Amino acid sequence: MKAHTLQVLVENKAGVLSRVAGLFSRRGFNIESLTVGTCEEPGMSRMTIVVLGDDAEVEQVKKQLNKLIDVIKVSDITERSTVDRELALIKVAAEAGDSRAEVMQIASIFRAQIIDVGTRSVILEVTGDTEKIDALETLLRQYGIKEFVRTGKIALLRGSKGAKAQK
Amino acid sequence: MKTGARILLEGLQREGVETIFGYPGGSVLPIYDELYDSEIQHILVRHEQAAAHAADGYARASGRVGVCLATSGPGACNLVTGIATAYMDSVPMVAITGQVPTSMLGNDAFQESDITGITMPITKHNYLVKHAADLPQAVRDAFYIAGTGRQGPVLIDIPKDVMTAQLEEVPPVGTARLRGYQPTYEGHALQIEKAVGLIADAARPVLYVGGGVIAAGASGEVARLAELMLIPITTTLMGLGAIPCDHPLSLGMIGMHGTEAANYAVTECDLLIAVGVRFDDRVTGKIEAFAPNARVIHIDIDPAEIGKNKPVDVPIVGDAKSVLQRILHRLVKKEGREGWLDRVRRWKEAAALGTDTSAALGPAYILAEMSDLLGENGIIVTEVGQNQMWAAQHYCFRRPRTWISSGGLGTMGYGFPAAIGAHFARPDETVVDVAGDGSFQMNIQELGTVAHYHIPVKVVILNNMYLGMVRQWQELFYDRRYSYTELPPVDFVGIARAYGVDGMRVEEKADVRPALLAAFESDGPFVLDFRIEREANVFPMVPAGAAINEMIGRRQR
Ligand SMILES: Cc1ncc(C[n+]2csc(CCOP(=O)(O)OP(=O)(O)O)c2C)c(N)n1
Repeated sequence: MKAHTLQVLVENKAGVLSRVAGLFSRRGFNIESLTVGTCEEPGMSRMTIVVLGDDAEVEQVKKQLNKLIDVIKVSDITERSTVDRELALIKVAAEAGDSRAEVMQIASIFRAQIIDVGTRSVILEVTGDTEKIDALETLLRQYGIKEFVRTGKIALLRGSKGAKAQK
Repeated sequence: MKTGARILLEGLQREGVETIFGYPGGSVLPIYDELYDSEIQHILVRHEQAAAHAADGYARASGRVGVCLATSGPGACNLVTGIATAYMDSVPMVAITGQVPTSMLGNDAFQESDITGITMPITKHNYLVKHAADLPQAVRDAFYIAGTGRQGPVLIDIPKDVMTAQLEEVPPVGTARLRGYQPTYEGHALQIEKAVGLIADAARPVLYVGGGVIAAGASGEVARLAELMLIPITTTLMGLGAIPCDHPLSLGMIGMHGTEAANYAVTECDLLIAVGVRFDDRVTGKIEAFAPNARVIHIDIDPAEIGKNKPVDVPIVGDAKSVLQRILHRLVKKEGREGWLDRVRRWKEAAALGTDTSAALGPAYILAEMSDLLGENGIIVTEVGQNQMWAAQHYCFRRPRTWISSGGLGTMGYGFPAAIGAHFARPDETVVDVAGDGSFQMNIQELGTVAHYHIPVKVVILNNMYLGMVRQWQELFYDRRYSYTELPPVDFVGIARAYGVDGMRVEEKADVRPALLAAFESDGPFVLDFRIEREANVFPMVPAGAAINEMIGRRQR
């Protein structure tokens, strides 16, 4: 099992997300994350899907995705040079005093922003690749993470070339 | 000015639709009103499930897209089993459903159901059309999707206000506009070259062909390849009729109830040429033991089928007919292979059934008589269970599209309505529904439809007063504990008569032929209730999960 990153260009139409998500659940494929939003092509959206599986499984995922009429192209960018980012918001327990100072220090090392301060907690905003966010999460856990949301990965190929169609 | 309903019907006519199967309701009244003076023939079934199966039977018998129509909510939901059946067997179909007005969508309005949501996993694609102006293109695209590539059902859901909307100007329809849908028809040249090499060099090749060959109209190419290169052929359940049963190279059906010759040959082959098949578990048995020593060439229009269940050496995505033509083009006649063909022939002879001398009325006898009487002229539709497997084993299919059966989903109740559809596709053929007493009772109300339109479908019930196939599993694997599989006797002839349909009960062997003749010679529908041996079994059989050469009940008849 390994994480594969798929970039999927789809028609921006009602029901497309549920077609894609339904395909994953129906066939028992394991989605790690799925993000979707509009993109440079009018009328289309780009999904970044991280799926866990062996090569044969992921091959089947790609083929099944390609069968959906609203899917325009599927690219596996796992092995290619990409920039990828996730956004996370983390609410950390941090009483005023030492622990709050430590949390703020960690935040600055990770280039995370403090976007809210309460009496007993602060909220950090951080962007970065998955590993960076995982690392920050691990560090903050000792202070107590009250709530944690992350967007899932979005990715683009580096350089001037777009993802190649696999159809 | 034109209404949406009118635009819809004009769209159907543009696609060449002549017959549709349906059932009315509040949400489709505007369409029914237009149908009242339309050239399109509408057949009123007695249950929407039957409308979907009839459209499916029509499609399988003709090769054209079948069409069914139902109202919103309960009507639409009643189509679901029929749509799923068509989906599993890749049958081209367009299902049209009415929907509550757009203003009420999502409000749990009376007779609302989210039918596009419900059918998403069982359609090739579906549409909720929210503007009348979108209808022409939606109809065009739906037929294109249903009938091309790997065929399948497409649903169009139309809110009532879209049917009644008045349009000044109807947008023109172009060709189908689908950026994300471009089926591959041409096989890859390099893979074709590789396939040619393997076919020429193999010592023990077998052709394994399925429903894809029928859909592609590639039976002739399969036969030419087999004859040119001396390759024995086995078909799946869905592939019956792709090659005449009495063709010297035919091994018969493969799989759970396949022939010994087919199952042994595939187990021993060194090259498996799979065409239009999907390596279904009912075919392969234990997958690791399926063609364990063979290189595999797999030709299929759906890339997702290739390598899905079994690793493949030479994958060829494309239309079976054109790919086989290109392969044939490059091959020169094979000599030799006598050893392999002899071996195959010996399996066939060893398993050949002797003459049936038992006094009891058995299914094999009835089906053989039927096969003999109909010769080339029958279309056999079946229900599901023992009746289906007996028909597959004992009827001699000689032409494509003469065998119509629910393979993938195994839907009881499919046969009778599908037979109705098949009749409208091929009115000159004798259409027979081979049924079990259980399955027939699942859509028995269609006796009303055949009586109403005088549809000359013949129902041959192999009546064992059991849910026979389930009883067989209970006998073999559950210590004969027949839990809820016994059915009390039913007077099927009486029921048929009550609907105005002719019928006859048969209990003796001697009466089989005359009864069949009476049914086939009658110009209307006919129900034959054959009271067969109650505990007859379907053999040979590969127990679930075993390898296909581990058959049980081999010598039994
Ligand atoms: C709709 C549906 N329900 C249940 C089943 C499970 N099933 C498969 S075969 C069978 C028995 C069929 O009995 P019958 O129609 O009498 O045919 P026979 O096997 O006796 O020929 C059943 C219940 C099914 N295939 N389809």
